[in-house]
Amino acid sequence: MRIMVFVKQVPDTAEVRINPETNTLVREGVPSIMNPYDVHALEAALQIRDQKGGNVVVVTMGPPQAEEMLRESVSMGADEVFLVSDRAFAGADTWATSYALYKAAEKIGFDIILCGKQAIDGDTAQVGPETAEFLDIPHISYIRKIEEVGESSIKVQRLMDDGYDVVESSLPVLLTVVKEINTPRLPSLKGKMAAKKAVINRLDLDALGGKEIEANVGLKGSPTQVRNIFAPECQVQKRELNGTVEDQVAALIQDLRRIRCA
Amino acid sequence: MRIVVVSERCISCEVCIASCPFSAIEMRDDKAFITEGCQFCRACMSVCPAGAIIEKAEEGDAKPAADLSAYSGVWVFAEQRDSKIAGVAYELLGAGGRLAKERGTYLAAVLFGSTEENARDLIKWGADKVYLCTDPILEKFNDEPYSQALALLIEQYKPEIVLAGATPVGRSFIPRVAARLRTGLTADCTFLEIDKESGNLLQVRPAFGGNIMATILCPNHRPQIATVRPRVMKRAEPDESRQGEIINLNLTSLASRTKVLDTVKEASECMLNLQEAEVIVAGGRGMADSKGFKMLEELAELLGGAVGASRAAVDEGWVSYSHQVGQTGKTVCPKIYIACGISGAVQHMVGMQSSDMIIAVNKNPEAPIFNVATYGIVGDVKEIVPLMIKQLKEAVQS
Repeated sequence: MRIMVFVKQVPDTAEVRINPETNTLVREGVPSIMNPYDVHALEAALQIRDQKGGNVVVVTMGPPQAEEMLRESVSMGADEVFLVSDRAFAGADTWATSYALYKAAEKIGFDIILCGKQAIDGDTAQVGPETAEFLDIPHISYIRKIEEVGESSIKVQRLMDDGYDVVESSLPVLLTVVKEINTPRLPSLKGKMAAKKAVINRLDLDALGGKEIEANVGLKGSPTQVRNIFAPECQVQKRELNGTVEDQVAALIQDLRRIRCA
Repeated sequence: MRIVVVSERCISCEVCIASCPFSAIEMRDDKAFITEGCQFCRACMSVCPAGAIIEKAEEGDAKPAADLSAYSGVWVFAEQRDSKIAGVAYELLGAGGRLAKERGTYLAAVLFGSTEENARDLIKWGADKVYLCTDPILEKFNDEPYSQALALLIEQYKPEIVLAGATPVGRSFIPRVAARLRTGLTADCTFLEIDKESGNLLQVRPAFGGNIMATILCPNHRPQIATVRPRVMKRAEPDESRQGEIINLNLTSLASRTKVLDTVKEASECMLNLQEAEVIVAGGRGMADSKGFKMLEELAELLGGAVGASRAAVDEGWVSYSHQVGQTGKTVCPKIYIACGISGAVQHMVGMQSSDMIIAVNKNPEAPIFNVATYGIVGDVKEIVPLMIKQLKEAVQS
């Protein structure tokens, strides 16, 4: 079984702060990491391989420095890694990203594709399902458990707002996973050695179709545009509370009761 | 199109480097240079004091893919589970109605696997038309038939805007619709408006874990599709006497390679309460232990509300995940949100800042939570919460 995992290199958004004076993101010292949800997807892929045999193929689209993250995936146990990278892919929105990944997945071949439910920088959760549509395969999002992997079908638990659904799908399929699905393993010493020597397979525009697909990738292929970005602001009607803590609480409770009874 | 630096104008101040959220600007030969990491957000253009950063048109820039004027109408996808319409559908009707009015067009709802009765309910809440498809394959949610059906309808009736809830359902199948129709999709919007000049939909959404907001446009493709975060938009007022048209659809050729075998409900009472509550009393790291949360429960009960928590408190194990509010928890929009011992990390704030009134209690006067609070009390929660409980009890008795 060939199990493909889509991963993305992202800034660690937990470390990102806004500079209130300039209203810009403070990125200094913010590390680039493998998108945390994708680490769980990789772990799920490794577990399927360990049970059923086969190999785990990790694919990322990004700038050349994403290679570092691909080596990290080898240290966890990935068998093959692919970097989809070309100046022509830059500025892609989810549509154009999914299109490039679809071309790459089709070329590399797979039985199952796993990805994190979303990336923590964009938080869109769109690239998985859009890629599945292009590939004309089913997908299931927000998987919290893989119950059974058969020869031609798979049974999973899909997280919903009020509980979960047990869903069965034929293979091939694309699954997006939530963190509850597993606890990712740490890189082994053997894995770290393998990571150093790992061959990074590269796919550029020409490898995926060249001129024929040019209008569907990168900025040119993207239906959406970012018009501007800004710091979140909030306008609040502040009301003063004065006096001792007791007085402040008393004034507050009075107002609360007024609102609740109104 | 590209964003480029006119090097003759660049004064090497490096302000743009700090402004770029994508680390895509570097100094080359002592001048700013925009690398291929550029995401075209234009943040640098607005900060450059020398006006040296400009947009440059390129051959092959996107042009309208089709006659955009052929598209009209605002649609909302009305999600149902067990034939009960999700709350977000009413919020979408509220937001969609506003947009339809601005565009001088109609508002329609799309309802799958449900009943005429529910369709009439949607009319009451603002829909001029309801596209109803009662095919049994749409009763339970499966991505493929849902996306096939919605894409078919869009191709046939050509709406200019389509909104869906940013729920596990909407966020899962709407991307397939956008992929199929070769159009843009903006996830998890928190604000929508029509651009007065172009008539395009301006879609505002948080990114980078809520650290920044981005305005997204889909200028050359139709429809413009957005998923909208639940509990952010205001519902319209229902009107029992409203009339509308129900269009029954018979779609053939819907097929699914996935199948829902079982549906398990395990949402706790509290999780539902949290989303419905008019008052939420929430605690953070400042509560110090699970005993602190017992106090909050008492206060919440007196106010007829529910208990919420920050991620820090959940991670400490003082309260279960189902209470968590924020980016990785629930988004809530109560009338009153009382934040006790919560400093106000952006990841928490994105989940509660649209509350009507926020009350903050924190011992650190510099805590960011005070920036969004109507009322702020600086002090120890262990002292102030019991005081609130005591005074509330007295007030109730008198």
